[in-house]
Amino acid sequence: MSTNRRDFLKVAGCSLLGAGALAPVAPRIAAASGGHGETAKREGKRWALIVDTKKCLEKGGCQACADACHKVHNVPHIPDAKREIKWLWKEPYKHAFPTQVHAFTEDGLKDKPVLVLCNHCENPPCVKVCPTKATFKRDDGVITMDMHRCIGCRYCMAACPYGSRSFNWKDPKPLVAQKDPTFPTRTKGVVEKCNFCAERLAQGRAPACVEASQNTGCNALMFGDLNDASSGLAQTLKGRHNIRRKPFLGTEPHVFYLI
Amino acid sequence: MYDSGKVVTGIIVFVGVVTFPLWYSFAAGDPSRRPELQKPQGQCVESTDYMRAFHMDLLNQWRDDAVREGKRVYASPDGRKHWISLSYDGQVHNNAVASKSCMDCHSSKEKFCDECHDYVGVTPYCWDCHIEPKGDR
Repeated sequence: MSTNRRDFLKVAGCSLLGAGALAPVAPRIAAASGGHGETAKREGKRWALIVDTKKCLEKGGCQACADACHKVHNVPHIPDAKREIKWLWKEPYKHAFPTQVHAFTEDGLKDKPVLVLCNHCENPPCVKVCPTKATFKRDDGVITMDMHRCIGCRYCMAACPYGSRSFNWKDPKPLVAQKDPTFPTRTKGVVEKCNFCAERLAQGRAPACVEASQNTGCNALMFGDLNDASSGLAQTLKGRHNIRRKPFLGTEPHVFYLI
Repeated sequence: MYDSGKVVTGIIVFVGVVTFPLWYSFAAGDPSRRPELQKPQGQCVESTDYMRAFHMDLLNQWRDDAVREGKRVYASPDGRKHWISLSYDGQVHNNAVASKSCMDCHSSKEKFCDECHDYVGVTPYCWDCHIEPKGDR
């Protein structure tokens, strides 16, 4: 097919006109397909967790919640920091909240331990990068994993700004001393993290860490539906000053800290 | 024919090697043997014929329902409801009338799952992570 200059200019002109006519509706098309803007309108449940750091500190070196979590989920105990598997653990304040620490931070606070876990973000970077959709966000806000799909590429570990994910460098099954038969272990070569006790939520039970904190009497953890304005969790957040980890990243964590 | 001794010997050795899988399996066991599955203790979620043909599809469906969709209750054709779970559980869950999981009835992996899977030579990876009844293998 040969094109002369006259025909080419005709087609180019029509194309420009068409693009011009579409321009006003283009932003609406982009908005309809989702993006990085405001938090989407919320319907149904939206699970969230409050960590009361003051109550937690009163208990000193208590590990009851982390122990309970790791027990019910068959998380192996590996002493090597480069190989360890963590769902719920303690991190010094200066590491949990790096931008909150400065030259005049109150004495001792920098090194005080803070409970940390997966933040179950509204905009989870781990979900965005997962090539197999093994990590996904449920309608109720829980970021969970389909271990059957994980290929162990560790993109999610690179993407998570909270270090909430651990990789299984070796078969964890022999390393779990007492296995809970109701929950699977993992296999070598997959990533894992806190799942907000999705298996317990399905049974209408609170997460294991929350239950443990109630059993020990510290009550430092509170779990609830953020969309239910009458829930204890929503009421507490309204009434108390609370902070989130690295809020400037726009991930919108759903683990809140009372300081 | 030149070197007939070597050629014939070579042919015999060649045929022997090629048919090795055939006579090895004859020598190893009774070819008329069929897997004998352990009799389960309860009524299954579906009919025996259906489970025999489609248990792998059902389990895949259960996996996706439970993990990805959050649907943890399965309704049998006759209306019984079951809590979706492969591993032994033993707890009574909300909404599930019959709360037994697969391994509550088929209590032995060796005598049920492995019996058939070994026979047909398939190795599903279910138990790489899921914990079979009575502790670890």
